[in-house]
Amino acid sequence: MPSLPPLLVKPVDLAPLWLVERVARHLFSGVLKAHPDLFERLGAYRETCYGFSPVDLPLHFTVVPAMKTLAVSRGAPPLVDARIEGPLVLLLGLLEGRCDADALFFSRDLSVTGDMEAMLALRNALDDSAIDLPRELGALAGPFSPLVAGTARYIRGKALEGRDATWN
Amino acid sequence: MELICPAGTPAAFREAVEAGADAVYCGFRDETNARNFPGLNFSREELRQSIALARRKKVQTFVALNTFMRAGDEALWYSAADDAVAMGADALILADFGLMAYVAEKYPQQRLHVSVQASASNPEAIRFLVEAFGAKRVVLPRVLTVQDIARLTRQIDCEVEVFAFGGLCVMAEGRCSLSSYATGKSPNMNGVCSPASHVRYRQDGADLVSELGAYTINRFGPGEASGYPTLCKGRFEIGDVEGYAFEDPVSLDVIDEIDALRAAGVSALKIEGRQRGKAYVAEVVSSLKKALGASPGERAALVARLRAMSEGQRTTTGAYDKRWR
Amino acid sequence: MATTGKPALSLGPVYFLWDGPKWRDFYFRIADEAAVEHVTLGETVCSKRQHFSEPHVAEVVERLEAAGKRVTLSTLAMVTLPRESRHVRDLIADSLHPVEANDLSALGLLKGRPHSIGPLVNVYNAATARTLAARGAENICLPPELPAGSIRQMLEAMPDFSFEVFAFGRMPLAISARCAHARSKGLTKDNCQFVCGEEPDGLPLRTLDRQSFLVLNGVQTMSNSCVVLVDDLAPLVEAGLSRVRLSPQDCDMVKVASLYRRVLDGRIDGEEAIADLAKVYPGVRFSNGFLHRQEGAAWVSRGRNAAMGRD
Repeated sequence: MPSLPPLLVKPVDLAPLWLVERVARHLFSGVLKAHPDLFERLGAYRETCYGFSPVDLPLHFTVVPAMKTLAVSRGAPPLVDARIEGPLVLLLGLLEGRCDADALFFSRDLSVTGDMEAMLALRNALDDSAIDLPRELGALAGPFSPLVAGTARYIRGKALEGRDATWN
Repeated sequence: MELICPAGTPAAFREAVEAGADAVYCGFRDETNARNFPGLNFSREELRQSIALARRKKVQTFVALNTFMRAGDEALWYSAADDAVAMGADALILADFGLMAYVAEKYPQQRLHVSVQASASNPEAIRFLVEAFGAKRVVLPRVLTVQDIARLTRQIDCEVEVFAFGGLCVMAEGRCSLSSYATGKSPNMNGVCSPASHVRYRQDGADLVSELGAYTINRFGPGEASGYPTLCKGRFEIGDVEGYAFEDPVSLDVIDEIDALRAAGVSALKIEGRQRGKAYVAEVVSSLKKALGASPGERAALVARLRAMSEGQRTTTGAYDKRWR
Repeated sequence: MATTGKPALSLGPVYFLWDGPKWRDFYFRIADEAAVEHVTLGETVCSKRQHFSEPHVAEVVERLEAAGKRVTLSTLAMVTLPRESRHVRDLIADSLHPVEANDLSALGLLKGRPHSIGPLVNVYNAATARTLAARGAENICLPPELPAGSIRQMLEAMPDFSFEVFAFGRMPLAISARCAHARSKGLTKDNCQFVCGEEPDGLPLRTLDRQSFLVLNGVQTMSNSCVVLVDDLAPLVEAGLSRVRLSPQDCDMVKVASLYRRVLDGRIDGEEAIADLAKVYPGVRFSNGFLHRQEGAAWVSRGRNAAMGRD
């Protein structure tokens, strides 16, 4: 199972919550702006409170697409309608439609609790959206855009390397 | 043989076209198709654009309207058929006799394919569909051996399409109410089997329990690979014995039978998986496209790559092999 | 058939493998004692079983007709082998009795001849029913999965047509090329040794949490619960329902028929019949969820039904 290298985990662990939250929120609102079709596909599930818990980070992300809100928390996972847990790179891969959720779930790398249908709707909607996180991340970095995007792509490639279920 | 590929979203549609599909099949975002899952399928506008894209790439589009019309709400199915015809769908994939009659009468020039959900498993059944509705192609239910198929194609004047890869219905398709018995939602009426809305995973001590509606479908020990609680692939108890009563959590893979199917007179191979992601579609379509043109020896490497993507990483040739029964 | 007055009772084919004498004696008793007007019979589930009942068909039909029952012969639910195709062809070509189609091969062959459609053919709407009626179908037993709303809609759309509902018995839910019944005993379909005959009322399948769920009947999978619509029929009868089907279980079907008849005739009420049915077919849960647009396994009592409105 791929997991984040400890060198990457450490700074996240130490970073103040507001900073992580700010970066994540920027990314999230960028994605929402760039992919309005995502909303339509989600239908009624845009009101769902989704939780994302990377098992290799001491953080939980909570998102309600309709409210365009994103919160980051530490400690016990917050109460949500549907939660997905797994290694961060797989969660991000899933977000980009780069990994097949079915294959991952069957191998128990990911686990879903709560409203399964809501999670399925999100998975399907994301799959159509062609989100490219390194590009979105790069877009936030202004003049450093190519550098950030390139580095992120490199990390993504490394993290997903060796998995049968990768496509690049 | 043509390669018929699934698309649950416009993105998957594009991937299928790029990966070498001869035809892509898809459905509208409502109960008119048998993969009526949340977040999946096509709006009218998305289908229009997808058909245009396919046309440019000389790829056909088949529109699946393969649920059974709910009495009183037939207009939903009729208008879906009207729209698909107007958009230039190359074929409609139908299961309901009433809808077939409507399309055959109103659009006699429209190519009509019989969905696997109609369960046409013998020459007389197929002749009936050709005679009554002018069917041009039948997708065979997954109840026949390769030998059965070869015998069948010789006796009919209709193209035959078979499932080659992906999910495996253990029961004759379109004739299974197991899901609605447990959840009230059925493939025939609602376009869903073992719907996610009724799925729950529960931790019970060290076990992970998967439930569908009020029923336990499986229990997984610590570390054991879990699966989606598809009813016919659950673990049950008969007498004092626990086991997979109908089928293990495997998926269908008949790539090793490609030459036999071609020799049996099969016109098209179908890939299941409109509910799978675009990454899956791209991978499976391109591998199968290569496999179709490869020698049996070269196929092995392609097959190994594909098998990693199957449910529970195990596959079966299902009913295509007599011993499966 | 005009739908005036009270609906007729009909007995569906025995879906289970009963040995020849048991099968024969069952029908003899039906002929002599049961308050049914229509009897549909013949092996429907598995072609391998046909030799069990076949030697007795002639005498059973004769006895039933002598008793004034109208006999219909059932065709196989799933036809994949040449032998099975031939059997359906011969049955349709030679039969002096009406035939009930249970798969598409029979539908094709029966064109232009009066026939019935069994509950294993997918008729979900009036458009389909009309298409089949135009080809000669005179009676359609609707699939157990249909909700009351759909049934009523079809009754209204075709007021002069004979519709039948599956109103008693374990429901046929699925059929497969694979025999789960043989498999559960370490055998395959091709070498099954007719082990499904060991369970004349189906082999119970429970969940890992010991919930009763389904029963296996050879290649067919049925509900563990027994559908009982005896207390749900009145609105359908009012809407023009012609026939009420009872599917044979290994219990006293003469009593079952008598209870349904008395309810249809207004001599006892549904709740009383349900209490008596529980004695006739003990240890089996009842269900009517499909009719009420719920999961098929559910039981909706009339009190709750009334509160929920027309459906």
